Amino acid sequence: MQTAIIRAERVEKYYAQPSENRIQVISPTDLSIGAGEIVALLGPSGSGKSTLLRMLTGLSTPSAGEVYWHEKPIATASVNVSIVFQSFALFPWLTVLENVEAPLKALGMEPAERRKRSLKILDTVGLDGFQAAYPKELSGGMRQRVGFARALVVEPEVLFMDEPFSALDVLTAENLRSELLELWQNKTIPTQAIFIVTHNIEEAVLLADRIIVLGRNPGHVRTDFQVAIPHPRDRKATSFTQLVDYIYKVLTQPDAQPPALPQTSTGKTVRDQRQMHYQMLPHARPGGIAGLLELVLDHNGKDDIYRLADDLAFQIDDLLPIVDAAQLLGFLTVTEGDAAITSTGAEYANSEILRQKELFRNAAVENVLLLRQIVRAIESKSDRSVPEEFFHDMLDEQFSEDETLRQLETAINWGRYAELFDFDASRRRFIQSEKLHHDADASSTAEIDA
Amino acid sequence: MMKFPESFSNIPGRETLARSQVLQRSWPVFLDLCVAGIGLACFYGVVVIARYWFGHPEPEIAISLSPRALPQYAFYSVVRIFLAYLLSLIFAIGYGYIAAYSKRVEPLMIAGLDILQSIPVLSFLPGVMLAMVALFPTRQIGVEMGAIVLIFTGQVWNMAFSFYSSIKSIPRELTEAASIYKFSRLQKLIQLELPYAAIGLVWNSMVSVAGGWFFLMACEMFVLGTRDFRLPGLGSYLQTAAGTGNYTAITWGLLTMVAIIVATDQLVWRPVIAWSDKFKFEQVESASRVHSPMLHLFQHSRALQSLGRNTLVPLEEILYRRLAEKRVDASPASTPKADRGATKNGIVSRILRGLVILVGAIAVLYAAWQALTLLREVHGSQFVGILKGAAATFLRVNISLILAAAWTIPAGVAIGFHPRLARIAQPIAQIAASVPATALFPVILLALIRIGGGMNIGSIALMLLGTQWYILFNVIAGAMAIPSDLKEVATLFHFTTIQKWKTVILPGIFPFLVTGMVTASGGAWNASIIAEYFRLKNQTLQTVGLGATISAATDSGQFQILLLATIVMAIMVVTINRLVWRRLYRLAETRYKLGD
Repeated sequence: MQTAIIRAERVEKYYAQPSENRIQVISPTDLSIGAGEIVALLGPSGSGKSTLLRMLTGLSTPSAGEVYWHEKPIATASVNVSIVFQSFALFPWLTVLENVEAPLKALGMEPAERRKRSLKILDTVGLDGFQAAYPKELSGGMRQRVGFARALVVEPEVLFMDEPFSALDVLTAENLRSELLELWQNKTIPTQAIFIVTHNIEEAVLLADRIIVLGRNPGHVRTDFQVAIPHPRDRKATSFTQLVDYIYKVLTQPDAQPPALPQTSTGKTVRDQRQMHYQMLPHARPGGIAGLLELVLDHNGKDDIYRLADDLAFQIDDLLPIVDAAQLLGFLTVTEGDAAITSTGAEYANSEILRQKELFRNAAVENVLLLRQIVRAIESKSDRSVPEEFFHDMLDEQFSEDETLRQLETAINWGRYAELFDFDASRRRFIQSEKLHHDADASSTAEIDA
Repeated sequence: MMKFPESFSNIPGRETLARSQVLQRSWPVFLDLCVAGIGLACFYGVVVIARYWFGHPEPEIAISLSPRALPQYAFYSVVRIFLAYLLSLIFAIGYGYIAAYSKRVEPLMIAGLDILQSIPVLSFLPGVMLAMVALFPTRQIGVEMGAIVLIFTGQVWNMAFSFYSSIKSIPRELTEAASIYKFSRLQKLIQLELPYAAIGLVWNSMVSVAGGWFFLMACEMFVLGTRDFRLPGLGSYLQTAAGTGNYTAITWGLLTMVAIIVATDQLVWRPVIAWSDKFKFEQVESASRVHSPMLHLFQHSRALQSLGRNTLVPLEEILYRRLAEKRVDASPASTPKADRGATKNGIVSRILRGLVILVGAIAVLYAAWQALTLLREVHGSQFVGILKGAAATFLRVNISLILAAAWTIPAGVAIGFHPRLARIAQPIAQIAASVPATALFPVILLALIRIGGGMNIGSIALMLLGTQWYILFNVIAGAMAIPSDLKEVATLFHFTTIQKWKTVILPGIFPFLVTGMVTASGGAWNASIIAEYFRLKNQTLQTVGLGATISAATDSGQFQILLLATIVMAIMVVTINRLVWRRLYRLAETRYKLGD
């Protein structure tokens, strides 16, 4: 391949913490985008897909490492890229035409030329006749067309897309995807490369010439491979489904030890989160876990995660946390992309609610350090209550502020469901649950699930 | 004195959002002390200028009571309000912009906003008046400037806050779109920040202008000891009319007032609201929209259109092209070179900036210290008097709040629950609320004296008049926001009336009620300054209270007492806000938040 348009060299992102630790979001990563390719970046939530995209566009500066634009540091180069956003990011107070003209206005283009180019691109994306409309008068699909038009009107060398189709319904997304592919293959647009972030595996396999799969905690490249299937690609073809299955395997396989983490400039070692004290709780609800186990049981206790996702019409972002949670609790084992139910898992799926809670309780205390600690702390206190802050401060050492809050939320959710403890939301304290009042507990979990 | 147009009732988010952003911030006490120090320093500066001027007798202005003079007086008042508002708008945008984008000064500026919003502006009235008169050689301009500056200080803070919190809450992807497409600062301001902030700014402008009338009436009637600072205007007209007991003149004055309010509503606010509808940040078009014939006229006027096409548009184009050229020149080549130069320049400018900050800090400390030394002149008995007054005013403020809540909660809920009643009651309430309480005050006092009531009742009446509307309109909005399925549940299970109020209505309106009460409480404290001490028919009516102490101290030129009483009042207002209202607010945000 010829020289890269954008090349990232050992870029990483981390947030310094007050203590010696720092929160590593993305570990040092090399990545390049060359001319003539569509690159898809896949990964579960929390793998830093969007962060990586923003570093590659120059929107966000890496904590270390450097991004090059045609071999010049990106901060000093005049970069010609566009982004299509998940939320469209249109200005609702500007008409379709004004939205598309805005980037050209920023470039200082003559009004007549500006209008001509904008109208031409609107025509290309199929928005002829809509130029005087406001975005809120359009449907989601039409709005994203405006997003595409605005991105393409500056004739970007690299077109970045941040989950561009995930806010759209399935049919609209399919339609837009194929139109984009058509524009690209017919060279209607002068764009040299497309970089798409997605959590939809099929979408990646449909579009991309090259797929990069990210792992999380911290984000790192797990695999980076070329897709050799010729266009148009058929979802039913064996080569297609095999590739999808392969990506599921990569995503669900326990991570091999990632490369050793570097030292910070001050000589402190960066700690890998998996070697840390607390495991990261996947954000799944007990109801979701039970639902998944029942489904696996229906599939004779063992199935491809790919097929399970297909059955549920779930994206990987929806399914993986549930699989992880079931695995953490010992209800499920995952090997080579296949999920198999364990004996406790089977019993859990078959039991009625009170027994389910008991099984969940035992599994949680046994496997989840944070929950075990909360229960012990409550028991050791004379007033049978512990402030949330106490655990917040401990988790804070290891997770970012947002993640700490999500961890606590999940812990509270699980603990309440398992009747391990209750949580007084107004005083922000963990308290002993009143075991006798099952009615009250049931209603409180119902509230959480809602 | 405040309006609550229906079109805004479905976006309660902005104002609440602004408040909650303040709550989230946990400032170190240090910041508050800084702000307090700066406040003291400003006060000292004002007092120094005021003292310098002390003792120049001036002729007083005669106010004509003929109805024929009214249009001219009304015009004067409107111009004052307009100038003060314009000043506020420009300042608010500047302040909000700097606070939002300058990380270093942001915490200090926001702490400042929070405190400035809560201190009683009216106690600065005498100081500001004296200072302005001293600064300007011609007396008239000084008094005019004083009035404008005072109205400005009364209305600017909530607008600045609104703009700041709007900028802060712009969705990240929109900001990113602006930077990936290389918008210049100007383009970003025009195409992103101002439109995004427009609705919040419009809403706050309406509240601010209503508040402006309240202060303007007070300014126009200002008399200090033997000196008369009255300005020709509606406020002075009304006061003079009340002073001489001229009922025809009073009626004319009030009618003019109402006419101005209604005209402003129709000619200014409704078109502005209808226009700002396009800045709503929403994905779907909402059903209810405000219509304005005036706006239709503007938008479809050929003359205006071609005027815009031939002046504004070309100007804008030239500006954008210049900005783009500048950026192309500046960006690629010069940056590496600039790097080295920047470090050298960086050190110099850092030293310079350090020096400026140091000098500023010393000046502030010195002035604050001087202000505090003024306090040594206060005797122990005077101090006890101030505390007694504080207790009395505290009691009065709370009585007025309770009275206001007692009638507005049932009335507001009734209006909110019955759309047909709302159609009749809301416009009436809006007009009634628009008449500034200060304009009515002389009239009410006159009536009270006639039936034998005293200043004690009078002051509570003024506080009530000025603040009840905040509660009423918030309660109406709250009652409307209660989902109908909750009401249906109450009917389905045959809740008793008490149970219905306890489980559905009161929790449902709680967040709105708290918002209304916070504003009302602040307003009542402020009102106490004119409510407890008033000159009518050449005699001074007063009662025991902090507001009376402040007014009396200004009257007799005892600046040390004025300063102490103002500090006491500011501390009380801020403390009550932090201890009571903020907690209730947090409770409202967490436990009683409907939906989501």
